[in-house]
Amino acid sequence: MTTSFSGQGPVDAAADAALAATSLLRFATAGSVDDGKSTLVGRLLHDSKSVLADQLEAVESASRNRGQDTPDLALLTDGLRAEREQGITIDVAYRYFATPRRRFILADTPGHVQYTRNMVTGASTAELAVVLVDARNGVVEQTRRHAAVAALLRVPHVVLAVNKMDLVDYDEDVFARIAEEFTRYAASLGVPEITAIPISALVGDNVVTASAHMDWYGGPTVLEHLETVAVGDDPSDDPARFPVQYVIRPQSAERPDYRGYAGQIASGLLRVGQRVTVQPSGRSSTIEGLDVLGQSVDVAWAPQSVTVLLADDLDISRGDMIVPSDATVTPSQDLTATVCHLHDTPLTPGARVLLKHTTRTVKAIVKEIPSRLTLDDLSQHPEPGRLVANDIGRVVLRTSEPLPVDAYADSRRTGSFVLIDPADGSTLTAGMAGHAFADAVRETAEAEAGRAPDDDGWDF
Amino acid sequence: MRTAVTTLEERDNPYALSHLDALESEGVHIFREVAGEFERPVILFSGGKDSIVMLHLALKAFAPAPVPFTLLHVDTGHNFPEVLEYRDRVVAQHGLRLHVAEVQEFIDRGELRERPDGTRNPLQTVPLLKAIETNRFDAVFGGGRRDEEKARAKERVFSLRDEFGGWDPRRQRPELWQLYNGRHAPGEHVRVFPLSNWTELDVWQYIAREKIELPAIYYAHEREVFSRSGMWLAPGEWGGPGDDERVELRKVRYRTVGDMSCTGAVDSDADSIEKVIAEIAASRLTERGATRADDKLSEAAMEDRKREGYF
Repeated sequence: MTTSFSGQGPVDAAADAALAATSLLRFATAGSVDDGKSTLVGRLLHDSKSVLADQLEAVESASRNRGQDTPDLALLTDGLRAEREQGITIDVAYRYFATPRRRFILADTPGHVQYTRNMVTGASTAELAVVLVDARNGVVEQTRRHAAVAALLRVPHVVLAVNKMDLVDYDEDVFARIAEEFTRYAASLGVPEITAIPISALVGDNVVTASAHMDWYGGPTVLEHLETVAVGDDPSDDPARFPVQYVIRPQSAERPDYRGYAGQIASGLLRVGQRVTVQPSGRSSTIEGLDVLGQSVDVAWAPQSVTVLLADDLDISRGDMIVPSDATVTPSQDLTATVCHLHDTPLTPGARVLLKHTTRTVKAIVKEIPSRLTLDDLSQHPEPGRLVANDIGRVVLRTSEPLPVDAYADSRRTGSFVLIDPADGSTLTAGMAGHAFADAVRETAEAEAGRAPDDDGWDF
Repeated sequence: MRTAVTTLEERDNPYALSHLDALESEGVHIFREVAGEFERPVILFSGGKDSIVMLHLALKAFAPAPVPFTLLHVDTGHNFPEVLEYRDRVVAQHGLRLHVAEVQEFIDRGELRERPDGTRNPLQTVPLLKAIETNRFDAVFGGGRRDEEKARAKERVFSLRDEFGGWDPRRQRPELWQLYNGRHAPGEHVRVFPLSNWTELDVWQYIAREKIELPAIYYAHEREVFSRSGMWLAPGEWGGPGDDERVELRKVRYRTVGDMSCTGAVDSDADSIEKVIAEIAASRLTERGATRADDKLSEAAMEDRKREGYF
């Protein structure tokens, strides 16, 4: 290995051109098996030439061993023995494929009702979600549930793939009706961008190649849309958040006083010369240097992993957060959040847990569980007493130390947390601070529930 | 100064990161999380390309300070000499500490038995778990990638192993956002995969971009090989060629580098990194499908080995 780990980037023009063409899109799929999700995923992988000969051969051979005449493409994605034996998908799997324009990381999540937690997991890192519906059935409860999860997790882009168009004679009116109903619903939940595409995953219409059966459709195929959708927020819109992960102190003869704060910028931009405040201590200093993995820069932004050098020698350690002095967040020990419970052991009021927020883990107690949400119709159930696996609900927490938590609506990174069982370390619950959905839906849901908005910020 | 590389569509977002920058940033974040949360982490380092990239990320993550982890290599006794030479040179160059766990010692002591097929790859699990136990390692970095194999596609970035080193795919912790949970009981440990989201092509493009040196066997060269089960294997004391197998000189390279008994070479003219990248981009075979015998033992070979504690 050479010692040139200085992050200089591409060196010669040819390599630069070859590497420059790709960005990375993380997306998630949602839809039950019956909607053709496996077929869609198989079609995307297969038609983008991401399934290689030996993988196909393995699938063909395994299908033959089971007495099936045709290769079962679900075997491509069902990786575990239990899944193959039972013919079901039991967990999130990650798939990788690429086109010359972009690399894709697909969180392939099972669509069954009981696996809400898996869609939540997949959607947590996704910039786009593909929601499948069967054109014959239109928008059903399951569709609304998927739209609600995408909205709850603040996935910036949602694609509605209206599948099985071949079974409704490629009828434009069928598509238009479903697209309109879904768009109205998802927009009311606050989904910022919705793109509806009529497809047949089985035949291959509008997945990778444009359909010859739907002249009336002038939009992109699913893959074209995935390749061109804008990736990443503009970090200059967001206040900077820098959770300190690790303090780098070489303590060597050449650098006796070096003290660098290493971490990944969670949101916004950091600049040399910027006045910053360290939370929770509240002490301030100025950014003296910024280092992006070996390269000194004047400005760095989310989600770059960087090292920050400050002008003053403050006492800063892992778990602290460096923020601009003019855009601080008030640390608090009281936290209200929407959560998805993940673990088979229910979450109950009074439970003592650990809470991991950015790089800080503190003790916390569940003070109240004011409500549980039914995703199908967004109805709320007051005082459910507990949350079981796959439940989504409101939780009020008290932490042992003040935490600088943003609203999840403002920052997916600094507004999210997980609860951990202190006894065995299990991940119990995923949490999103602040209001669950956009304001529009709060009013709609509250009006439908026939009551005035509360004062204390319930927002289902 | 903006260093991000963007696509045509994204000119309006000058802050979009290239896929390599995004993967690098994520990998470094994972290394720093482990450094912040664990007592005794170790990096599995074989001298193969994935572990070389892993080490490169670790060097960047903590610069200008040294990597705060030791390295561990499980040596089957059938490793390629040029890879071992490379391993030792890199360790010395960066002033690192290396533990070597020898499969041969376990065989000599009668704690492991040679398999009839001669492959020692599955035998690595016992020395690995013993080294973890003896040194009380609590986090073990592996270079595994989820694109390699369908059981690995289900693997978490932080993957809890029980006191027997076992992986239970049904009891994995959900992993949300970038909030990795490293909690473990005494005796348990966590396997950490900072390259989870990388593909074979990403690894090679990153090696090219960062100008990372690799063992020469990754590039096409004339080499004595013989054919067994459709793969070109290197002759050696490990057990080849057999009586009816004939050694010939061919121009080959390695896509993966494991043990000589299970790692096959591929016919290739790719003697530079640009040619390797072009060859992989055009290949119709996966890396493991082309060159790894151990994955072909059964439909769930990798899953079964991982359940027992393999990486």
